[in-house]
Amino acid sequence: MSPASGLRAVGRPALATLAAIGRVALFAVATLGHMLRPPFYWREFATQVMQIGWFSLPVVGLTALFTGGALALQIYSGGARFNAEAVVPSIVAIGMVRELGPVLGGLMVAARVASSIAAELGTMKVTEQIDALTTLSTNPMKYLVVPRVLAATLAVPVLVGVGDAIGIMGGWLVGVTRLDFNSVTYLKNTVDFLEIWDIGSGLVKGAVFGFLVALLGCYHGMNSGRGAQGVGRATKSAVVGASVLILAANYMLTEVFFTS
Amino acid sequence: MITLENVTKSFGSNAVLRGVNLTIPTAKSMVIIGGSGTGKSVLLKSVLGLVTPDGGTITLDGQDVRKAERDAFLARFGMLFQGGALFDSLRVWENVAFRLMRGASRRPKDEARAIAVEKLRRVGLGPQVADLYPAELSGGMQKRVGLARAIAAEPEIIFFDEPTTGLDPIMSGVINDLIREIVVEMGATAMTITHDMSSVRAIADEVAMLHEGTIKWTGPVAALDSCPDPYVQQFIHGRATGPINAIR
Repeated sequence: MSPASGLRAVGRPALATLAAIGRVALFAVATLGHMLRPPFYWREFATQVMQIGWFSLPVVGLTALFTGGALALQIYSGGARFNAEAVVPSIVAIGMVRELGPVLGGLMVAARVASSIAAELGTMKVTEQIDALTTLSTNPMKYLVVPRVLAATLAVPVLVGVGDAIGIMGGWLVGVTRLDFNSVTYLKNTVDFLEIWDIGSGLVKGAVFGFLVALLGCYHGMNSGRGAQGVGRATKSAVVGASVLILAANYMLTEVFFTS
Repeated sequence: MITLENVTKSFGSNAVLRGVNLTIPTAKSMVIIGGSGTGKSVLLKSVLGLVTPDGGTITLDGQDVRKAERDAFLARFGMLFQGGALFDSLRVWENVAFRLMRGASRRPKDEARAIAVEKLRRVGLGPQVADLYPAELSGGMQKRVGLARAIAAEPEIIFFDEPTTGLDPIMSGVINDLIREIVVEMGATAMTITHDMSSVRAIADEVAMLHEGTIKWTGPVAALDSCPDPYVQQFIHGRATGPINAIR
């Protein structure tokens, strides 16, 4: 392989990636712009709050419950190495509200919501429903994208909050039934140790993750290729893109919130 | 009157429209014929602004469509899409009344529903269909609902994209007759793209033949059979040999 062809092999995907980031950024700016200008479709927004928030509750709740329980077991067995079993309630709480609640909740929502948004909008594009909206004097960005992005941005923090509580309860359940903690002491340690910002930072992360999930779902759906293969590719790209962005954004937000 | 002057459009290296010149007179029904992939849909979508042409000018009553106020411009149009393009998540009447329940000319829900039911009746569907979802309808019924939606706001101009594709001959005949009746009744300007010759003869006042990105021939439907253009003759008689290359 010549140096030029090697450079080309690296440069071409790098440029394509940068161009894709640019397109998503422009789409995000356009979405925010449409959020600020009427008309607003409140009925669509309410429908999406139900779809994204309410119907994601079982999967986020179960994820949090099992994660909280497993976390309690892990911390107990790890803490036992240096006689620190008593830290289980506080570490479960801080681990859930700062990291695991928002990140796992965000990832579960990405799997459930980004895929469904991308598939729905992709199918609408392929079957000319998005063109039909335009000919009916309805801006697809306002009617389809804004309600979904806004609903996810507002609903995911609520999901994260509920997930945090369920995750802590999962830890408490395991702590009390399997690790012989006193129930009242466990809960008191949890409440005493947690600070408001621990919870607040997780909720802010949830809002950012919700925005990213819906944005990526809408972007890939609206730009879906033709046919079943095009919709399938859009769905896959939405889930992968949203998941990676959640993890990247989580690192950056953690840097901003907890290292200063 | 809709006028297209030297309209061009390419997708990558594929030049789909290569200088289209065409005039669609007010209150006339223009049917554009041509083989699959000749750019008929792109032409239609260019007029509506769904596709942005690379060059040329499209005017509606003398005004450049790109400079027109978008909502007011689109309010003059109704469109029947090839596959119906009905919104899956909405009931049939909500599809038909979609435009009536939004925007500047918004009506109360009951009034919008009443208009939708009346338009459904006009296309031969009973009120029991109004509360169904599009997925519960046959292909022919979906086309009728699409037609009802296209005429719900009583537009001045109606576009029909392959209105009989996927329908049996009897249902095609029904849809063609409905389109003709409605266009005449409303005094609308109509532009239909199709490669179905029975549609052409049922719907058209004027016919234009699009091939390789340009209009090869245009004239009244009565002159179609006697037209000397070899492209038109090959197309309307469905011959495999002639100036249009047919891949076998």
